[in-house]
Amino acid sequence: MSTEPETPLLDSGFRHRDRSVQPRLLWPEYKSTLNRAPTQPLVPLSPTLSEITGPTFSPQEIDLADRDLLKNARIDRDPLGERTLLTGRVIDQDGTPVCATRIEIWQANAAGRYQHASDNYQAPLDPNFSGYGCCLTDELGNYEFLTIRPGPYPFANGANTWRPSHVHFSIFGPAFATRLVTQMYFEGDPLIRDCPMLGSIPDRSAQSRLVAAFDMERSRPFDCLAYRFDLVLRGPKQTHFENRPDGL
Amino acid sequence: MSKDPLHHETSSQTVGPFVHIGLYPTVSGILARSRTYGNQLATTHAYGQRIRVEGQIIDGNGETVRDALLEFWQADGLGRYAHPADPQAESADAGLSGFGRSVTDPDTGTWTLESIKPGTVRDLNQRPMAPHINLALFARGLNIHLHSRIYFDDEVKANALDPVLQQCVPAPRRQTLIARRKEPTQDPCVYRFDMVLQGKNETVFFDL
Repeated sequence: MSTEPETPLLDSGFRHRDRSVQPRLLWPEYKSTLNRAPTQPLVPLSPTLSEITGPTFSPQEIDLADRDLLKNARIDRDPLGERTLLTGRVIDQDGTPVCATRIEIWQANAAGRYQHASDNYQAPLDPNFSGYGCCLTDELGNYEFLTIRPGPYPFANGANTWRPSHVHFSIFGPAFATRLVTQMYFEGDPLIRDCPMLGSIPDRSAQSRLVAAFDMERSRPFDCLAYRFDLVLRGPKQTHFENRPDGL
Repeated sequence: MSKDPLHHETSSQTVGPFVHIGLYPTVSGILARSRTYGNQLATTHAYGQRIRVEGQIIDGNGETVRDALLEFWQADGLGRYAHPADPQAESADAGLSGFGRSVTDPDTGTWTLESIKPGTVRDLNQRPMAPHINLALFARGLNIHLHSRIYFDDEVKANALDPVLQQCVPAPRRQTLIARRKEPTQDPCVYRFDMVLQGKNETVFFDL
């Protein structure tokens, strides 16, 4: 076990994922977890080269049009809805900007309908809006998307359950271990209080960090209102390799 | 010891049933202008044994999950990751995209991955790990994604020495991480890797 030579390593992984700020896997108020959440505890795995590596991204692979959802699926006019600027910064737990990492977003249209074969909500599709966006963070970790504010919509969960307006955010960071997908909500939305998905996060302040702040300063006169949503990814473990028992 | 972090990691939320729009847009009829990732990782130039892995995901009711998205991250045929943390990154095989995605078919629930079998990667104590593909599973009903690994049942010796299989995973559960080769497939070798989310034979998911 510990007879192996101990090599000091520069990148021995990432800070342990703090599950107290992460949602519970089994959360009966969100019914889909009942049949899908694993019942066995997760098996601890000290990150190896397989986990501290991950895909890297180049600006050549990203079309700048995909940060403008008002335009990237436009056929003959802009999509209907409230023009909205989403901005924010991606940092790690130590406050270091996460640069050139890929952010993908998806969302419903202004009426609360997704461009998706499985969405049978009666609200209309918008032929000029796909709800897909993609960009890389800049050298300071900043990103921005121009979009419309998505509408709320009902979903099959309880007798009368509605999703607050939200945008799905997918983000990579430097490694497979830092991968994160979440949802961003809008400050002031009355549906936030009863959202069973947000409720699956036990820590109230962690919940509130998923609520983007209305940002009048960044709003653009005669153009759009703005919301700010910052993201934090796991930070590097900054110690030399700890000689922990194998597998812990 | 490291200092306490200044910030908490952002909380995860489920990808929901419409994940394809953002992460596999072609399924929703969206022609993304930016690069997208599919289930073919290897070009014809990639070095290594061609493989296809296919499987289904079974929920606690024994039903097939039809709205899941899987992500794969793997080393090249000689065990090199195209990432700066790998000292061999410079020579990593340009014919392989180490990262890919697949979705479960909305009718059959089957996902597939076409790639090459990864080579041996050493862990941080320089012990060889058996060939494996790293996997992240996303779906409606999963509030945070699940990490797992795909090993191969025709790597008996390497699996028996693999530090993760042997030292992290309880013996009765190891077989949940091992893809079974369909005989007599050769080019590509076809493997079956089903995942079980709940109950008996529940797949091992890792806390990285």
